[in-house]
Amino acid sequence: MKVAARIPGAVSRRGLLTGGLAGGLLFAFHVPLRAADGLPLRSVNEPVQPPDVTEGKFAPNAFIRIDELGQTTLVMPQVEMGQGIYTAIAMILAEELDADFSKVTLLHAPPNDKLYANPLFGLQATGGSTSVRAFWKPLRQAGASARAMLVQAAAAQWQVEPASCKASNGEVVHKESGRTLSYGALAAAASGQTPPKDIAPKDPKDFVLIGKPLKRLDTPDKVNGKVVYGIDAILPDMKFATLAQCPVFGGKVGKVDDSAAIRIPGVRKIIVLDDLVAVVGDHMWAAKKGLEAVVIDWDEGPNATISSKDIWQDLRAASEKDGVVAKSEGDIAKGLATGERFDAAYELPFLAHAAMEPLNATVHVKSDSCEIWTGTQIMTRVQSEAAKAAGLPVDKVIVNNHLLGGGFGRKLEPDMVVAAVRIAKQVDGPVKVVWTREEDIQHDVYRPAYRDTISATLSDGKIVGWKYRVSGSSVMARWLPPAFQKGIDIDAVDSAVDMPYDIPNFHVEYLRAEPRAVPTGFWRGVGPNNNVFAIECFMDELARKAGKDPIVFRRGMLGKNPRLLAALNLVAEKSGWGQPLPARTGRGVCVQPSFGSFIATVVEAEIDEYGEVHLRRITSAVDTGIAVNPDTIEAQVQGGLVFGLTAALYGEVTIDKGRVQQSNFNDYRMLRIDQTPKIDVHVIKSGEVPGGIGETGVTAGPPALRNAIYAVTGVALRRLPIDRSLIAGKKT
Amino acid sequence: MATTLTINGEQKSVDAPADMPLLWVLRDVLGMTGTKFGCGIAQCGACTVHIDGKAVRSCMLSVGAVRDRAVTTIEGIGASPVGAKVQKAWLDVEVIQCGYCQSGQIMSAAALLAATPNPDDSDIDAAMAGNICRCGTYVRIRAAIKQAASGRQS
Repeated sequence: MKVAARIPGAVSRRGLLTGGLAGGLLFAFHVPLRAADGLPLRSVNEPVQPPDVTEGKFAPNAFIRIDELGQTTLVMPQVEMGQGIYTAIAMILAEELDADFSKVTLLHAPPNDKLYANPLFGLQATGGSTSVRAFWKPLRQAGASARAMLVQAAAAQWQVEPASCKASNGEVVHKESGRTLSYGALAAAASGQTPPKDIAPKDPKDFVLIGKPLKRLDTPDKVNGKVVYGIDAILPDMKFATLAQCPVFGGKVGKVDDSAAIRIPGVRKIIVLDDLVAVVGDHMWAAKKGLEAVVIDWDEGPNATISSKDIWQDLRAASEKDGVVAKSEGDIAKGLATGERFDAAYELPFLAHAAMEPLNATVHVKSDSCEIWTGTQIMTRVQSEAAKAAGLPVDKVIVNNHLLGGGFGRKLEPDMVVAAVRIAKQVDGPVKVVWTREEDIQHDVYRPAYRDTISATLSDGKIVGWKYRVSGSSVMARWLPPAFQKGIDIDAVDSAVDMPYDIPNFHVEYLRAEPRAVPTGFWRGVGPNNNVFAIECFMDELARKAGKDPIVFRRGMLGKNPRLLAALNLVAEKSGWGQPLPARTGRGVCVQPSFGSFIATVVEAEIDEYGEVHLRRITSAVDTGIAVNPDTIEAQVQGGLVFGLTAALYGEVTIDKGRVQQSNFNDYRMLRIDQTPKIDVHVIKSGEVPGGIGETGVTAGPPALRNAIYAVTGVALRRLPIDRSLIAGKKT
Repeated sequence: MATTLTINGEQKSVDAPADMPLLWVLRDVLGMTGTKFGCGIAQCGACTVHIDGKAVRSCMLSVGAVRDRAVTTIEGIGASPVGAKVQKAWLDVEVIQCGYCQSGQIMSAAALLAATPNPDDSDIDAAMAGNICRCGTYVRIRAAIKQAASGRQS
């Protein structure tokens, strides 16, 4: 599978490195690669800013470029951060284009909202498991329309009817005569064709690529060190910098003594801005040692006394008030007055993202331009925010995006690039600014803490009333204000307003409660993180009150949701639900309709007498509609489950004296391979439109695990992360 | 201070302070960016390289301590039969998602297989528990190590 085809005659990066070293230079230069013709190399792995080059090419739309040699380049409107979207987008485009998939090459899209905005955000952003959902139609249309133009061009040349021709694997065939013309040979003529109106995309039964577990296009260079992430950018005469921001949120720099730091070999400059100190050096080691040697008196400001206790006190008080009604069906007053009533509140903590690639940006500010090398989920926003910081017009800012070493929502923010631009303004030449892991964790935008309250009534073993209130920070109100309407954050109530169960009297409220001091942002799983957890935990508690098995209880309320019911039935079978288990071992279930996908999950875990949790087996059944690449679907659910279970078992960011107490992987723990069990994912065949997949496992894991703990210990945990002290020694 | 290192079989002269971790010598002095910075305190394994064939976290290993021992990085691991088998298995099993930790994972796996050609689950746990993957590819890492060990084709 060729993804990184090189233009003949181009200099390889390896060649440059070797040449540089052979020349006796201490620094190996990585010049952003340009081919002999000055155009970017067509490689997914190179940090290039592809101008939307159309000259000499068949360029029927923003996504497809075919040159006269038949070289087919697909421009990626969404970013690749591990979720496999480059392969999925390429498969969808190539499917409808009938391109030779083994020969396509991929390009990162340049910043351009007009051409590459995510239709669901109106902004060039990758997040919320929206990529395939948002681009399914436009990409198929783009591919089908381009294919029709190539067929028309061939038919015109042969003087036959287009309907008598067929496209396949990068060429057009005249069925009767067997004549063929390659896409390359047709590129020039196709450019003059008018695309037909109302071109129909393929009938799914004719798919040759979609639905196949094809190999990913971005992985071959990830096994040999060749892949270039933002943090790997190397420029001639580049310096390295690292920074310290005030440990207290909102604090400023007071006095700085840099006399010791500047004497450290390799340290070139100490930069003091109002809210941060950066040290520039010949390498990261000099920058780091230099920063450790700078004596900084911080002006900690008004947040210096705030602790987690204060923040939770505020949130708990706020969550008892009435919220804005997001959805109400039936008669909630009547519903809550019928049968036996139960109340509960569920709490989720602040979380850091901790992508493996620490935050970074390399920036070269000149008098009339600014060029940036980074990995971002928001190309255009990074460009415009960098322009503001640099004091330049937007069109003078070049952003070279890269493959991301994890995103998880952290790179939906531009702050790391803005800080790097502010630092780079004080540096002659390019500077790579890299956050230490400690800085990355302590200056995140955190997954909001949530408190969800539920009141429900049971009558004859069924839920008759359901009043649910989400309380927490609104990320949407800040990040995408148009999506915050009438006091409702549509993300924060996602999976609560569209809960899958059939309940006659149903009422959901949203209450915006912003924490003092702590900045909040999107975190993989977004709004459904809190709602799926609260709903699915309470379902198990209600099932027990009703004297029913958790799966039987759920089944009875999924009559209007056949896709989710089918997933639940499949996972019950595949997980061995109901079959005998060893001592202190239990199973827990979770179902969710989030992100347009229907997934049911069973976690099997042993809870030892000390309250330690041992994951034994995880089984998921997922109906995500048409599975563009079933292997990617499986991988995303597997990885998502690990991500979510990491949070359930360990994840919590706490605040003391206005600062984050966690700092690195020693105290912000991650699940590791020795704790990860077998994970079986069953992808259900479906002809429905594709759903999202990158976040489904994340939200499914925590409630399923918690319900397994509930089954073993009888303790209804209502807070994450799991508190071992509450379950130690407990047994049903 | 000029130091001569043997990296992937090649002699390289670098001018770096003796206390500078090998990670930054590789990345920032030699431009060998395949070895990754993840935590700086030997907690995540992203910076794993081989010193005389053993997996070592380069973020905590000062360049002065390397001396004349052979350094192998992700850029050179494919030259050994075990390394090439691991790389192939990683692609066959489609282990990788974002890939940022995978240089370190592959280096740890190659060291494991060189010492223990047929590892069982507990061998894999012991050798690989120092490598964090935030994308959660552990199930496939385990499968790929077993495939590389058995030589089975997918």
